[in-house]
Amino acid sequence: MPDGSIGTPIKRREDQRFLTGTGRYVDDFNRPGQTYAWMVRSSVAHAKIKSVDTSKAEAAPGVVMILTGADWAADEVGGLPCGWQVIGKNEIPMHEPLHPALVADKVRHVGDNLAVVIAETKEQARDAAELIEFDLEELPAVVSMVDAAAEGAALVHDDLPSNLCYDWEIGVKDEVDAIFDKADHVTKLDLINNRLVANPIEPRAALAEYDPAGDHYTLHTTSQNPHVIRLLMGAFVLSIPEHKLRVVAPDVGGGFGTKIYHYAEEAILTWASKKVRRPIKWTADRSDSFMTDAQGRDHVTTGELALDKDGHFLGLRVMTNANMGGYLSTFAPAIPTYLYATLLAGLYKTPAIYCCVNAWFTNTVPVDAYRGAGRPEACYLIERLVEQAARETGIEKTEIRRRNFIAVSEMPYQTPVALEYDSGDFIRNLEDGLEASDYNGFASRRADSEKNGKLRGIGLATYIEACGIAPSAVAGALGARAGLFESAEVRVHPTGSVTVFTGSHQHGQGHETTFAQLVADGLGVSVDSVEVVHGDTDRIQFGMGTYGSRSLAVGGSAIVKAMDKVVEKGKKIAAHLLEASVDDIEFDAGTFRVSGTDKELGIGDIALTAYVPHNYPIEELEPGLDETAFYDPKNFTYPNGCHVAEVEIDPETGVVGLCSFHAIDDFGKIINPMIVEGQVHGGLVQGIGQALMENCEYDDQGQLITGSFNDYCLPRADDVPNFVVGTNEGAPCTHNPLGVKGCGEAGTIGAGAAVTNAVLDALGTRGIHDIDMPATSHKVWQALQQSNG
Amino acid sequence: MYDFNYEKATSVDGAASTLSGADDGKFMAGGMTLLPTLKQRLAMPSDVIDLGGIPELVGITVDASSVTIGAMTPHAVVHASADVQKAIPALAKLAGLIGDPMVRNRGTIGGSISNNDPAADYPSAVVGLGATVHTTKREIAGDDFFTGMFETALEEDEIVTKVVFPIPEKAAYMKFPNPASRYAVVGTFVSQGPQGTRVAVTGAGPCVFRQSDMEAALTSSFAPESVENIKQDDEDMNSDIHASAEYRAHLVTIMAKRAVAEANG
Repeated sequence: MPDGSIGTPIKRREDQRFLTGTGRYVDDFNRPGQTYAWMVRSSVAHAKIKSVDTSKAEAAPGVVMILTGADWAADEVGGLPCGWQVIGKNEIPMHEPLHPALVADKVRHVGDNLAVVIAETKEQARDAAELIEFDLEELPAVVSMVDAAAEGAALVHDDLPSNLCYDWEIGVKDEVDAIFDKADHVTKLDLINNRLVANPIEPRAALAEYDPAGDHYTLHTTSQNPHVIRLLMGAFVLSIPEHKLRVVAPDVGGGFGTKIYHYAEEAILTWASKKVRRPIKWTADRSDSFMTDAQGRDHVTTGELALDKDGHFLGLRVMTNANMGGYLSTFAPAIPTYLYATLLAGLYKTPAIYCCVNAWFTNTVPVDAYRGAGRPEACYLIERLVEQAARETGIEKTEIRRRNFIAVSEMPYQTPVALEYDSGDFIRNLEDGLEASDYNGFASRRADSEKNGKLRGIGLATYIEACGIAPSAVAGALGARAGLFESAEVRVHPTGSVTVFTGSHQHGQGHETTFAQLVADGLGVSVDSVEVVHGDTDRIQFGMGTYGSRSLAVGGSAIVKAMDKVVEKGKKIAAHLLEASVDDIEFDAGTFRVSGTDKELGIGDIALTAYVPHNYPIEELEPGLDETAFYDPKNFTYPNGCHVAEVEIDPETGVVGLCSFHAIDDFGKIINPMIVEGQVHGGLVQGIGQALMENCEYDDQGQLITGSFNDYCLPRADDVPNFVVGTNEGAPCTHNPLGVKGCGEAGTIGAGAAVTNAVLDALGTRGIHDIDMPATSHKVWQALQQSNG
Repeated sequence: MYDFNYEKATSVDGAASTLSGADDGKFMAGGMTLLPTLKQRLAMPSDVIDLGGIPELVGITVDASSVTIGAMTPHAVVHASADVQKAIPALAKLAGLIGDPMVRNRGTIGGSISNNDPAADYPSAVVGLGATVHTTKREIAGDDFFTGMFETALEEDEIVTKVVFPIPEKAAYMKFPNPASRYAVVGTFVSQGPQGTRVAVTGAGPCVFRQSDMEAALTSSFAPESVENIKQDDEDMNSDIHASAEYRAHLVTIMAKRAVAEANG
């Protein structure tokens, strides 16, 4: 294959600058005369603000301005908006309490924003912050959802009747109850999907500038979606029209969802920049990240699977409590509903599904999408139930899956939970996964482990997920307050090189490489002649940004559509130059040819002609070769696969060693296999982290106990084995021009369930059949003690 | 960080006299504990006196009966030293288990033992080998050096200059690390030799301690079976979200058993 074309694993061109320290991250930008902001955050979880005295702080050296919640309220700026409205049972919409960027009435979580100090240096701002006197009246903290739901619980938001944000359901409860009443067997599990801290390597940062000459603002921010920030902040918070607001998300060091949201610091700095009349810069410490970046997951679930005597799944009944934290983050309400409950069919033909979700406010950091966003939670529930059901019924765990898988012949398959799967060969992925992991050889490996006094287990997760979000009308019907299309402008320059302006954003995904491969392939130019531009609202048409594994499926499809327009125009120019009918012009690999002849011109000739239109159909066609497309997907895409984990547990210490991890995934067509493999590796590590190591913990006062890497166990390279990954391309997506499904989150979706199932397979020999993530050595040892005692 | 005066001392006497002239001075060795503390504004010394410019504090010498490590010798150097690997391999192994490569390039034995973090590794070697700590004022037996959580026998202006480890007949260190911080949840150093039979445990309690029941059993027979049924009382063991007191007590036995097996080779 030509170097750089679709399917070739070319190295990522952006790595040159990332690995040699020449990337340009928000903190690398400096402006003359800039000031520095230090955020003053609450060290208690729940308290009324009785008074704030900034007089001593204002007199401190270097202080330029101090702003508090009272100042924010006085200016009548809006609260941070929520971008998705969930309507619950009986058409009752979710509660949407005010989310001020700076709080005036009370603090609702450790890390909540009390004030901002703006000074000549960061240290001076920090010094002055210590001189602000707050009179806080501490209130009882509701930390767990049990606390939040209790009769007479303290209210996180005093204007709400309780701490319940919404009570939502999907499916018909009575019908599902009737099925359960008649089932031969019911498997039931109480599960926790533990709260996580994302910890992208680059902490959040912002740099805001106000230009009085043009009454114009520029915000540099660590965002996954700069246009969305411009819209949300401009329209809903600060009343700045979009043409007066530029948002730039330059190089961003990892997001994983946490950098989607519109955060207080973005609004505060932009708002303050007009008051201060100097640029203001803010960069988070890692401690800030722990207590202000949106956290992930945090579900407590009871799940039940009804089966007949032959192990066929008859119904699934689920009750989930989902933690929203102290405030609604931008997409939070959608995660445990439309990105979770609609995936509860999994790969199975379960005919009847009911899920009720209660979302709760608590005095903890807000929770929102984190890599996988609802789908790891769904897969964990289903795959834990499946392997538990296998144990209880005695039907082997791969066999019970085979009996219930949706077959290829049944595609497209309408699930009972709204989604219609378009493609996928689940049996094939399972067979490949079992072969790759030498599933049949497990018994002898287990015997060897036992000779050494160790417990060995093997666990699977066969998963499907929905990404490539999303068809705008569908999303809107479900409560989204935004469209979910994507945009691309393909600008061919006079001398034949190409710039692609994409509404997608890269913060680790490698779009500068992959999208260049798409264009090289689509226009027949060299990959080195293509530049991909993203992240600046002044340069790029409106796009919704990158999350939900959407960039290739939606952003890439927009690029394809724009290229189609370029080729269509090119054909008209070629027809003129080659004196043929446009219907006789073919385009292939960069060449326009009169079909059946050797009369041809390269795209370079066409481009030059477009901009030097001397011999040109000027009456019918404008000059130039520069086309824009907006692409709205027809459906979600449905990556799917089989993950197999094998563990060996040392019963003396409880340490779980991950011996191997095999992943066979269907991502549709693969553009750059090396990048895909990297995405899978990253996702697997995060999923394994959740299963064995990571846990965000609060004490009963709402103090964040795991507030640093000393206590929050982020996985390292030596915590995981070398992964064996493979992809099956035999079932491309049926509804986008590339046939791609997206791969960014799949690793996190299967890994948690596969690893936990493996741990339980090992511990099952000692009579332990339940354990929560993370299965730390401490927890495993305690479980072993209890089963002996 | 809060503001402070910084001085890089060129001699131990100079360092000590700067400290006595300061309002609230602090010696800095590798800075691997002090600097994070300062960055988080958990300490506010008026002066930081850097010991990194005193060459006579750095270095390793080995003779027939002992290994001497200068107080400012980084862990990475101890770990990589062929002489230490030959004379007391358990000590070289221990040094290689501290922190991570960056910490090992800067962290020092003098800093580690002067700080006496309950989860530090070196205290278990100092007690586990019956080492002697040399300071600017005197020599202190390892058994007398560590007096409580973050407390040592050192006086305010007293600086550790070197640690002399007697070479044992056999020794080993087994560490059960906290998966997040990689500090010792339990670290057990065992040895047998001219300093007797020693079992020194770090991480499990507020301060390194000798497990006397295990020492007695190993004196009769230095074999893993001698200790595998000896239970450590959990009453004074540390307890946190990572490991309960019971778990640590249990791990004391497991790590001791494994250390003895490794010491026997």
